[in-house]
Parts: sequence; C-alpha cells; structure tokens
Amino acid sequence: MQLEAKNISFRYDNGPWLFKELNLTVNRGEIVGLTGVSGRGKTTLCRILAGLENPLEGKVLVNEQTISKREYHPVQLIFQHPEKAVNPKWKMKKTLYEGWNVDEKYLNLLGIEHQWLDRWPNELSGGELQRFCILRALGPKTQFLIADEMTTMLDAVTQAQIWDAILKVVKERNMGLLIVSHNPELIEKLCHRVIEL
Amino acid sequence: MQMLEVNNLSISFNQYTKGLRQQKLNVISSLDISLKKGEIMAVVGASGSGKSLLAHAILGILPTNSQMSGTIKYKGELLTPERQAKLRGKDIALIPQSVNFLDPLMHVGKQVEASAKKVDKQNAKAIRQSVFERLHLDENVAEMYPYQLSGGMARRVLLATAIASDAELIIADEPTPGLDPGVIEEALKSFRELADKGHTVMFITHDIEAALSIADKIAVFYAGTTVEIAKTKDFNGSGKKLRHPYSKALWQALPQNEFIPREGSQPYPSNLPPGCLYAPRCELATDACLQGQPEMRELREGMVRCIHAT
Repeated sequence: MQLEAKNISFRYDNGPWLFKELNLTVNRGEIVGLTGVSGRGKTTLCRILAGLENPLEGKVLVNEQTISKREYHPVQLIFQHPEKAVNPKWKMKKTLYEGWNVDEKYLNLLGIEHQWLDRWPNELSGGELQRFCILRALGPKTQFLIADEMTTMLDAVTQAQIWDAILKVVKERNMGLLIVSHNPELIEKLCHRVIEL
Repeated sequence: MQMLEVNNLSISFNQYTKGLRQQKLNVISSLDISLKKGEIMAVVGASGSGKSLLAHAILGILPTNSQMSGTIKYKGELLTPERQAKLRGKDIALIPQSVNFLDPLMHVGKQVEASAKKVDKQNAKAIRQSVFERLHLDENVAEMYPYQLSGGMARRVLLATAIASDAELIIADEPTPGLDPGVIEEALKSFRELADKGHTVMFITHDIEAALSIADKIAVFYAGTTVEIAKTKDFNGSGKKLRHPYSKALWQALPQNEFIPREGSQPYPSNLPPGCLYAPRCELATDACLQGQPEMRELREGMVRCIHAT
C-alpha cells in the first residue's frame, strides 16, 4: 500500500524544469516531511501527487495503479490558505458534506462546533476554516493526506490542536501523510523521514 | 524618542445581521503599545486577534464601516487621517500579509524601484538590485509579473519593496510564511540592520522563533487586546518567566517545546465574555476574573493584563 511518484518531470510552459525524473514513495502508516527552498516546486509536486496536475513525464501510482479522474482520489491535498479553498457562497455545512457523509465523531475530534456549520466562510477564523478543510478531505476512501504548509498561517496553540487531531486520525486509519513545511522543528517532531526537494 | 504610541485603542465594525438590523462588533478593545526609535517589537498571538487591524489602523486604511476610538501618536504628534495619507509609503511602510497586494499588471522589479525612487531617484535600480541579491531573488525575477512567482518569491518581493523604501517605521504583517529558513534569516537580518540604523520595526508574526531572534520586546495579543508585553528573554525554558497564562500556552504549544494542544478557541467579537477575555480557557480563572476586563499593569519589567499573574 503506497503512493508512488515514478520518474516524474514537470515545468510550466517553456520555463526551467522544476524537477526531472523525480521518484518518491510514501507508505501507508508513514509520515514523511518534504522541505526545500521556495520556488523549487514543492506545491506543484503536491498538486501532481493529488491528481490536480498531470506530470509531463512519468506517472503517479497509488497501490501500483493509476487513478482515473472519475473516481474518488485516494490522495487528498490540504492547502495553506483555507479561505481560498472553500466556496465563499456556500455555508460551511454544504462545503463539509460535499465529499462524504461526515461522522459525528470526527466533528468532535477536530473540535468543530455545531453552530459553525451554519456560518459563512468569512465568519470563521483561518484555524476554524482549516479544520473544515481537513475533515472534508478525510472521506472513507482517503488513504493518503498531503498537508502543504497546512498550519503556517495559524497561531501555535491552534497548530498544536490541529496536528494533535490529524495524527490521531492518521494513526487510527493507518494513512500515509506527506507534510510540506519550512518549520524544521515541526518536521523533526512529526516525521519519520524527510525528503529534500 | 517614542516613535509610535497607541493608547486605549478600540475598533469596532458595523455588520448587518438580518435585513437592516446592525450589530456592533468590537474587534479591538483598549489596546496600548509603544515603540521607541530603533526598536523592534514583535506582535504575536491568535489568528483573528486584531494584529493586522492594528497595522491598518496605524496606516489609516481601515474599511469604511469601522469606528475607531483612542489615540495613535507618531513621533509624539497625533496621527490624523491627513497625516497618515502624507506619511504612508514614505515614512511609514507596510509589508502586507497577502501577496495579492502586488500590482498584477506591473513587472515586480518596477514595483520595488518605485518605492526606491522616493529615496534616491537616480540609483533606484541599483538599490533594487542590491535588495534583490540580499533576498536571493534572481535578476530575471525583476522582469516577471506577480502571477509568475511562487508564493515565497512574491513574499520576498513585498519585503524588498519595504526594505528599499527606507521608511522610518516599517510595519511587517506576517512577512515570513512560506519562506525557507535561509531567506527568513536574511529577511530578519535586514530588519535588525534597519533597526540598528535607527529605523523602527513592528513585526507581526506567528513565528515566535523568528520573533525571538530579532525583537527587543514582544507583545502578545488575544481577542483584540494586548495581554502581555514581555522582554524577548522571558520566552525561555518552560515559559516560567512569562506573565500571562495565554503567553505560556502559546510558548508551550510550539513543537520544539511541549507541543501542548490546549483546548478551546478565542471568543468571537460578537460574543465576548464579560470579564477577562481569556477566562473561559484559563486554569487560573476565578469569580473575580468574570467581574470585568483587567487593566494592563506593570510586572517584572513588563506589562500584563491578568489579576493572578505574579
């Protein structure tokens, strides 16, 4: 059970190659850090792994199979700016239940209060919105999570709360987790191994 | 010399709830801070605690549905809207939080040179080049448009605009997220050097580690007010020297410390508790805490807004 990037290469238009023939594996149950200077293509790589972008060469495999655009993607991506990842004209309820029928137990685990479900995105703070984005990505068919600078915009207490919750879920469901972060202490604390791009 | 003094600042918004009914939201209440010339003050605290609003209030760019009371003084004189309009971008520069503040239709090099021109019209390009080099931006980035930049590059361009402007007071609103450690270090070093040359910096950040490496003092915000002003060296060890329970919680929540996920969340402006704003989450809270918002008081060469702090 693994997420695998095989010899993938990518560049935007005729720009320089962000990466060439890159190989990467994340196993289930494993927490892997991804670091590297800005502009190297970390976010692009995440988008490719989650199927939002196609590599120009090579392929991405989940459990040794390519994923078609029509099925639920087992690799889910959580972005740095939650306010840009939700529809501003939908109440939080609609956003949350779009992907799957969310379990009550997960609402508690992520500390989402019931009254937040009837709010608009602009009535919640970044930390509260990010909890929704995480839970939305935790559908039963999700096997791998990618956290692209997921807590960078949040204060330390909220960061600790969110990581505490996500680690519980990842452990319980034996998911693979790829963490993109510039924070060496965070990577050190959470990851089994680190990949430098 | 006091560069900036903010006294008893309160900001509220009018918000429509249902139909024509309006609600007043107190987003900042009785906030006091002051900065001396050549000083770096870091502002840390929960998201939505009013840090950016304070920056916008100083520059006079609050939205029109807001009301402000209290005073802001710059170099000892009251900062009126006319004075703000005259000073901003020249004496007072903002490094905005969002990279959307860049002009999407202008080469980013030109945007940085525009602010350097106010300092030295002839050498604007040279100033821009040296700032770019310093922040590890390639020369060819100057000819790019904002949409062609990665998040980290865009943020460095924003930094470059402020550093090139040579403003006396720089307000940096979360300038570091998304940057790699090398660039953060360079950016912080530039701030420190600016301060040592007599510039004053207000550094708003979530990155406590970064704040500690350059700041002279640290203001901790919670729910729209200052709960503590501490010396940088008070953030140390298990946080015993910190005065306010929220500052301690912030410190202990860092991954390099204990990574403690303390429960609860900051109250909403529409639903503030009657007494101390931190009381609902506080281990020390007693009935006395519910009686009213505590005053800011001096304690061990710092300031704290808590009746129990020792």
